[in-house]
Amino acid sequence: MSPLLTVAIVATLACYGVAMALAAARLMRGPTAEDRVLALDFMYIVGMLAVLALGIRYASGMLFEAALLIALAGFVSSAALAKFLLRGEVIE
Amino acid sequence: MWVEAAVATLLVASGLATLVAAIGLVRLTSFFQRMHPPALASTFGAWAVAAASIVYFSALESRPVLHAWVIPIVLAITLPVTTVLIARAALFRKRQRGGDVPPPLHES
Repeated sequence: MSPLLTVAIVATLACYGVAMALAAARLMRGPTAEDRVLALDFMYIVGMLAVLALGIRYASGMLFEAALLIALAGFVSSAALAKFLLRGEVIE
Repeated sequence: MWVEAAVATLLVASGLATLVAAIGLVRLTSFFQRMHPPALASTFGAWAVAAASIVYFSALESRPVLHAWVIPIVLAITLPVTTVLIARAALFRKRQRGGDVPPPLHES
């Protein structure tokens, strides 16, 4: 791991951290429930990207599978929350 | 050397795109405007990180390692679904509240 790559990964993770903090601010403040669902969906995506970047940092292939699982869990949770907002129940 | 430069450039580009998306998510004024910025992170951000991962692991193992490409494909399949569902829910709830939104296409 060269110094250039280490610095780049730290900068990328810092960007992801700030992005996640801003999304959390929108999650807390969000005037409507849809805003909160959207912010949660965004946080899932940013977390998945951070896991991928950490997979490059540790040169590990296992973190890729964790990122894939986070992506699928984010899809299911966002779809369920949107369905709940639309109908008032998840499975009818 | 050029491999590390390419990986570093792709990673930093992805981080900056995600940061811009988050700033848009906080600063835009209406919900339907706020639906747009996350697409920047989930398209360009995910593509850049996947490309960085492919370049890095291919150079590390001296053979093509392409499995990271599954991530953008999964996102391209799932994200339109969640986006349409959230937009539908937002439109429905705003209509319930009597907001200024277009009427339904068919009266049933």
